[in-house]
Amino acid sequence: MSSLFGSSGATPDMAARKEQMKQSIQQELAIANAQQLINKINENCFAKCISKPSTSLTSSQETCLSQCMSLYMAAFDQVSRSYVSRISKERGAAPGIGL
Amino acid sequence: MSAAGIPQLDEASKKELEVFLEQEQAKAKLQASIHELTNTCWNTCITGSISSKFSKTEAQCLENCVDRFLDSSLFIVKQIEAQKQQL
Repeated sequence: MSSLFGSSGATPDMAARKEQMKQSIQQELAIANAQQLINKINENCFAKCISKPSTSLTSSQETCLSQCMSLYMAAFDQVSRSYVSRISKERGAAPGIGL
Repeated sequence: MSAAGIPQLDEASKKELEVFLEQEQAKAKLQASIHELTNTCWNTCITGSISSKFSKTEAQCLENCVDRFLDSSLFIVKQIEAQKQQL
């Protein structure tokens, strides 16, 4: 996190500094989110595609992995859409019992 | 997380950053729930072997999965509420 607060030579004015911090925070979170997705894909697609680990990946295992990756991402998109729409629906129906 | 340790920023800026951080943390929490739910729904719905696209039943299952998961969650809470009142 040192990049967040480290001096970068010139002294930018406070607003620029603030924006820079915000951007760094958003970037860190985006990276963490992507890592989480990659970990989940690996976990689940390994389980689906590599039933018997041998000395190297076979081409059919590689095909399975790449298909599995796009399917997992499609599932992630579907879940995101359903979840977000459900949350906004619940909020509309019962304001105050937000998630 | 407090922004007290950040030097060279006035109070208003610190406050603004704290609010910003809270919003970002809420977003991260939402994203974490989506990761968990995707994992759960994947394991529940994708039972066959992997091909280039989902089967019809798998796609249908994924579409319903989140809503039924949240329905279950609400149902369980209601059930517990009801049991509490019987005591």
